[in-house]
Amino acid sequence: MIEIRKIWYYLTRYIDNFLLAGILILMAIGLIVLYSATGGNITRVSNQVINILIALVIMWLVANIPLQQIMRLALPMYMLGLILLISVALFGEINNGARRWLSIGVTRIQPSELMKIALPLMMAWYFDKHEITLRLRDYLGATILLLLPVLLILRQPDLGTALLIAASGFYVLFLAGLSWRIIVGLVTAAAASLPVLWSVMHDYQRQRIMTLLDPSQDPLGAGYHTIQSSIAIGSGGMVGKGWQNGTQTQLDFLPEQSTDFIFAVFSEEFGLIGNTVLLLLYLLVIGRCIAITANASTQFTRLISGSITLTFCTYIFVNMGMVSGILPIVGVPLPLMSYGGTSMVTMLLGFGILMSIHTHPKLVKT
Amino acid sequence: MRQRVELRNHPVELHKFRMRLTVSAGFVLVLFLLLYARFYFLQVVQQEHYHTLAEANRISIAPLVPYRGLISDRNGRILAQNYSAYTLEVVPSKIQDLETTLNELAAIIEITPTDRQRFKKLLKESKRFKSLPIRNRLTEVEIATFAANRYRFPGIEIKAQVYRQYPEKEMVSHVVGYISRINDQDLEQLESNGELHNYRGSHHIGKIGIEQSYEKQLHGITGFEEVETDAAGRSIRILSRTPPTPGNNLILTLDLGLQEIAEMAFGDRRGALVALDPNNGEVLAFVSKPGYDNNLFIGGIDQESWNSLNNSIDRPLNNRALRGVYPPGSTFKPFMALAALELEKRTAEYSMSDPGYFSLPGVSRRYRDWKPGGHGRVDLHKSLVVSCDTYYYSLANDLGIDNIHNFISQFGLGRKTGIDIEGEVSGLLPSSAWKMRQHKQKWYAGDTISVSIGQGYNLTTPLQLAFATMIIANNGKAYLPRLVKQIQNSQTGEVEDIPAKLLYSLNLKPKNLEVVKSALVDVTRPGGTAAKAGANADYTFAGKTGTSQVVGIKQGERYNEKLINERHRDHAMFIAYAPAENPIIALAILVENTGTGGSTAAPIARQVFDYFLLGKLPEADLAHLIDPIKNHVHDHL
Repeated sequence: MIEIRKIWYYLTRYIDNFLLAGILILMAIGLIVLYSATGGNITRVSNQVINILIALVIMWLVANIPLQQIMRLALPMYMLGLILLISVALFGEINNGARRWLSIGVTRIQPSELMKIALPLMMAWYFDKHEITLRLRDYLGATILLLLPVLLILRQPDLGTALLIAASGFYVLFLAGLSWRIIVGLVTAAAASLPVLWSVMHDYQRQRIMTLLDPSQDPLGAGYHTIQSSIAIGSGGMVGKGWQNGTQTQLDFLPEQSTDFIFAVFSEEFGLIGNTVLLLLYLLVIGRCIAITANASTQFTRLISGSITLTFCTYIFVNMGMVSGILPIVGVPLPLMSYGGTSMVTMLLGFGILMSIHTHPKLVKT
Repeated sequence: MRQRVELRNHPVELHKFRMRLTVSAGFVLVLFLLLYARFYFLQVVQQEHYHTLAEANRISIAPLVPYRGLISDRNGRILAQNYSAYTLEVVPSKIQDLETTLNELAAIIEITPTDRQRFKKLLKESKRFKSLPIRNRLTEVEIATFAANRYRFPGIEIKAQVYRQYPEKEMVSHVVGYISRINDQDLEQLESNGELHNYRGSHHIGKIGIEQSYEKQLHGITGFEEVETDAAGRSIRILSRTPPTPGNNLILTLDLGLQEIAEMAFGDRRGALVALDPNNGEVLAFVSKPGYDNNLFIGGIDQESWNSLNNSIDRPLNNRALRGVYPPGSTFKPFMALAALELEKRTAEYSMSDPGYFSLPGVSRRYRDWKPGGHGRVDLHKSLVVSCDTYYYSLANDLGIDNIHNFISQFGLGRKTGIDIEGEVSGLLPSSAWKMRQHKQKWYAGDTISVSIGQGYNLTTPLQLAFATMIIANNGKAYLPRLVKQIQNSQTGEVEDIPAKLLYSLNLKPKNLEVVKSALVDVTRPGGTAAKAGANADYTFAGKTGTSQVVGIKQGERYNEKLINERHRDHAMFIAYAPAENPIIALAILVENTGTGGSTAAPIARQVFDYFLLGKLPEADLAHLIDPIKNHVHDHL
């Protein structure tokens, strides 16, 4: 008995139970929806279970590493990420006209995934080093750290990922105290640069935005996804059509049902009531993350934790926004629910960091 | 400028940070509320609208699968065709009690236990809303019976399906190949080629042979129909239609009559024959015996048939003409003879005395001639006519392996010819570099001796031998062997010729060629090794016999056919072209485990030539031939 208790103690001592419970419930819902979305394909579901298990192990490992260690990894990880991104630009595999993957013998990796964690770590580390005298030029330095990977990813081209990574870096800047005047200035500048951005965009990206404004202009092409997923959500009504009974899903009207559009499947089959429960669950997880962030003891942990939390929110918002037709379709998975190993691992790696921040003894008292 | 803070002020910093965090949290809440408002709008305010869209709307896009192109021989005899048949299909989601419905259905239309099993399997693998076949190939009576009872079976419908059929079965299975159900690997392949969209609705894809290598031409372009359906998924009306473009028809270079004659000449023996037109590389006959019934593979072959094909000792699935490798035996000698003259190691006039064996200087081992006691004085002409081994042992020793390799590889031995179906193997024409690479051993003079008579490391396919023979027959021109002669556009009926492709031209001295070619003619005349096969021919033809060893014979032992297991007996080989003066056909024949080329392989060539040049059919077999061949013979005469 004592032995078991001891093992249990070592297994759970750096795990935040509240956060873990929220994550597990959301993953379980994801599996149930996946089963329906794939028409009862057990192979896909069990593959996802394996993805989840791998991600959980990684989360546990990270949670057990004290933040000082993780902090030491910031610079090397960032440099590695940059080198990989440059390698992708030079000799990456071309797929559907984009160069995003790097073949490393046994497998292919997408270095932009690594950047999702490496960039906020690096920026938080940077601010931690410069925290005594935060001046404008420090923010400028951090902005350069932010722009290097973002520009490389934009070149691939992968607008969605670039924006999300830019957002994760911006959150660090914001939480580190970037002056409101500059933020307002940036927003204004961004608005002013929209026409420029428009002119450098790829045709398919422009098409997506045009279609967002009026999906019906291309109902069988670019607008198809938006129209079909809106129909799925809308026809779900208040209580939904019931598990495995969504006609949009089961009749294959809905695209990418198990990956980016899994929320449409959920929404069609479980209705507004299901959506309410789902959003509340996400909010609980987010709330816990914010609490952890608020109690973090050092500049580094505060910034990294805050950035991870807000990035998580951004993923949810962008995915649900695009599936319900208020944002352009950019190819962002729904955290903890979409099919796929990479995004699952990236998400749980972030939660592992949060757990480590929360459960390891705090070195600096605040 | 903001105040520089030299000393850390934790409480202030933390307060500032928490302020920012609170702002962020508020922002997140706003975003979530925005999402929620959108869901509310879609699911409550507009629910009616979207419900109607999902329910009544539904313009479903139905793919229209194109007709697959036909395949015929050069005279228009059909080798692959399509036919329509009706299939009974079930949409499980529309049926309350599947078991009861199936039982009721079985009362009016026969449904075998196998049908049910296959249906159950499909049911497990598919989505409930899909339509699944339960009975294929309904008869007219069954269609009528079902039509009369249709009202009793909502959710069950009759659909037209197109099936592929190969009327010639075994005879052309190795050329035509077959189509079979698209599997995951095919899907991956199609996806990476960007062709997946064109296969929506297609169930089959070419797996081997012409069906595989000309898949693009044969498949055609899938069309689409926008269909308005009701809530239950039934079609109400067709809104628009983009018709499919049928696949193009292929007209092969094969002469099926010739192929049939060759098959018949083989009888029950295993082997291969490839006949080429030396003037353009067209494959006139491509036989690999035994063949298999390619119709078996279309709907997915059943386990029993698969086992019997796959485990057969005769290996009917093995394309011997394309993938069978055999030592070329003495059919290698004409190429050696040309090497001797071209590389000036021998003259036509040079002669040597053949005691019946050859020894390397200073080595006791004797390399035997096939004829005990030898052939007496032998010059190059005689060496080919009587197939003297000793002459070539001594020649090879003077040439050296690398000269042999470099010269003879120009005839395509030891590498793929590039014929237009996949799966060809390269065989082996050894060289000292190859042996070092492969066996980490240096080349010995003794190795060269056995290579010289087409044994040792030598390995060729019947196709390669036919290719090499073609090059001699046409004085050095290497045409790409090809099976497709023309592609007929199914839309316009226009026929596009696939032009002959001259790969390269060998620069051989006419005088040297003449020496070798005249010897090859004498092979088929009295005194030659194929004299029997050449007797009383109305035209002259040139050839070379060969025997390909299956098991090695030890030093001092004699090959005794009767004592050896039938499967270990030598293979008979023959290469030939006709008419000798102006060849229009060149071929290579391999007959497994039947001894010498002169007695079994050469007579097959004679029958093939007689038919091709004179339209002559073997008397005894005339009755077996079906009409199209007879008609074809008339065309020829």
